[in-house]
Amino acid sequence: MYRIVDKKVLNPTVVQLWIEAPLVANKAKPGQFIILRVDEDGERIPLTVAGVNKNNGTVKIIFQVVGGTTKKLSYKEAGEYIQDFVGPLGVATHLDGLKKVCIVGGGVGCAIAMPIAEALHGMGAEVTSIIGFRNKDLLILEDEFRACSDTLRIMTDDGSYGEHGNVTVPLKEMLEAGEKFDMIITIGPLIMMKFVVATAKPFGTPVTVSMNPIMIDGTGMCGGCRLTLNVDGKKVTKFACVDGPDFNGYEIDFDEAMSRGRMYADFERHAYEASCNLFKKEVE
Amino acid sequence: MAKANMSLKRNVMPTQDAKVRAHNFDEVALGYSEEQAIDEAMRCLNCKNMPCVAGCPVKIHIPEFITKIKEGDFEGAYQIITRSSSLPAVCGRVCPQETQCEAKCVRGIKGESVGIGRLERFVADWHNTFCTEQPVRPESNGHRVAVVGSGPSGLTCAGDLAKKGYEVTVYEALHTAGGVLVYGIPEFRLPKKIVAKEVDTLKKLGVKIETNVVIGKTLTVDELFEMGYEAVFIGSGAGLPNFMGIPGESLKGVYSANEFLTRSNLMKSYLENPETPIMKGGKVAVVGGGNVAMDAARNALRLGAEKVYIVYRRSMEELPARREEVEHAEEEGIEFRLLCNPTEILGYNNPEDPRDPKNGFVTGMTCVKMELGEPDEKGRRRPVVIPNSEFTIDVDTVIMSIGTSPNPLIKSTTEGLEVNRWGGIVVNEDGLTSRNSVYAGGDAVTGAATVISAMGAGKVAAKAIDEALGK
Repeated sequence: MYRIVDKKVLNPTVVQLWIEAPLVANKAKPGQFIILRVDEDGERIPLTVAGVNKNNGTVKIIFQVVGGTTKKLSYKEAGEYIQDFVGPLGVATHLDGLKKVCIVGGGVGCAIAMPIAEALHGMGAEVTSIIGFRNKDLLILEDEFRACSDTLRIMTDDGSYGEHGNVTVPLKEMLEAGEKFDMIITIGPLIMMKFVVATAKPFGTPVTVSMNPIMIDGTGMCGGCRLTLNVDGKKVTKFACVDGPDFNGYEIDFDEAMSRGRMYADFERHAYEASCNLFKKEVE
Repeated sequence: MAKANMSLKRNVMPTQDAKVRAHNFDEVALGYSEEQAIDEAMRCLNCKNMPCVAGCPVKIHIPEFITKIKEGDFEGAYQIITRSSSLPAVCGRVCPQETQCEAKCVRGIKGESVGIGRLERFVADWHNTFCTEQPVRPESNGHRVAVVGSGPSGLTCAGDLAKKGYEVTVYEALHTAGGVLVYGIPEFRLPKKIVAKEVDTLKKLGVKIETNVVIGKTLTVDELFEMGYEAVFIGSGAGLPNFMGIPGESLKGVYSANEFLTRSNLMKSYLENPETPIMKGGKVAVVGGGNVAMDAARNALRLGAEKVYIVYRRSMEELPARREEVEHAEEEGIEFRLLCNPTEILGYNNPEDPRDPKNGFVTGMTCVKMELGEPDEKGRRRPVVIPNSEFTIDVDTVIMSIGTSPNPLIKSTTEGLEVNRWGGIVVNEDGLTSRNSVYAGGDAVTGAATVISAMGAGKVAAKAIDEALGK
């Protein structure tokens, strides 16, 4: 069992937890992920590490409530325990040698982008961060990004905060103005990452994307997290759990990844509703 | 003692009726009664040269334990088996005895061999039901050994060392101990409570089991030595599933057998209201002809599939699964499409509406018919495509069961660990790898094989570790 040390609700659907897991805290690097189960018989879900504290052996996760399991996890309070917590899994984001980087985060993906921005800032790289949300209420981690970015652009879909528009608007503007980034690192919804890649393409700027497909074991056994990459005109199958989760954005078949991500959409909707109902009953 | 039983036929294994069992996850084979076990034991001739023992990868003293059964001393029989095997209730169920001990049985020359596997199972189940005596933890010899993976090879290695007084810790990446015994082999063939019982026995012998630790990630092999372990055994098991490389393998509804079985077994998505989803019902094609393919097919049937096909490119004669599994599958109504090879998986696509929720789900599988051509260098007749023989099977789910490659995690994080070109860890006859004091065995070395061969490898390594450290 793994103890929840601290809980913070970042916005109506996004929750941050610090969980005691010394072995994971000791090893995790930006870009790696963990897998957890809330309770016995629970589903295994992968979540990217949002930060670590080696001094007290805790790991930070930030997640959006999207289905039954994340709903259940959001009900857990500090001092309570979750059943399983394993990691760090996957390959850490390659940051060596990067001097000037643009971080593009969308929604809860910003939680994963943040430790990468922090690490780059700590290495002395010049960090431009573009973070996007649907509206002001969903904004997270503004202060944290401000602290580690040389330039910060905040975008909202409805213009209720920061600038109006999506993240590709300032990205395109900067690239057109002649900004030369060593790398664009983007983390967020698949559709956003797809358009970040399309925006960067005419300028030939390398793009790293962080993939979060359906996964069970996370250790290279089940093959559920497979992705199709187009490498030099050839289709190649890669596994996000052991080959990723970071990939060259130009090689990813986003349409296929989006389709596969919806495999259990119906199931998730029912599970989410069931979790809500269960909670309502407990409250009554 | 009663007279030898010279019947040419062995005692039939009682099983659940095929029509009933096709819709439940309870165990198919029910096991011998005491009378049946004694009657079957009486068929053993107690041969002096013990050919059956030579056929056993862990060298169980077979005639000796069968003699105890004849005497009605079932606990005595159990004690003889556990001298050689750490997991008798498991082996009695999943070993391919017909190609091992039973294949060498003299009674098999004329008639059927003694049902050695069935007797082993009987003895283990009898012990688990009636024996209340707890295993005694031996006195520690002060040596510490780490085992990576709690599958059959790891559990065997850990058990053998613990019995000799070693302090053993088993590191398991998943949340439950048992490896393939819990994520892969279905409940109806190997109930999970049997695996849990065997794991429990090891714990009582002093073996520590740490779940949720991925060696190669959470801790490295080098760190295990820094922590004070004097030897490490790697039994990390099979790895990434193979796919055919045909179009459509990424459609929704295409699973690897590993994923399908893991969802159903380990994650319990066979339950009424599971937390982990799985596609249930509809028509299912399983591609491949091994034991894992049989497990996947029969599991799909029990999840409510209206039709399940096994699609295999050679004929029944070459089909590698155990006969018993094939017979059970046939009885349950699984249809074998032999000499048949998939060329494409077809998916739904509504050109009018890209947001149609049905888009991207499997609707069928195109196959070609095959015939057997000239034998290859191994003597197996090569399947050859029959021109213009293309046809489509109407299916909603496709399960690829065409093998795995060894787990990539440890080799990529352990310097100096030699692997072969298939990714299998290279070991010598003692299970020793290219690294000092690092041993390996099971699927991590051989690629997909059997539970008992993995146990054999765990046993060999345990002996070698004892010889190296015990001096």
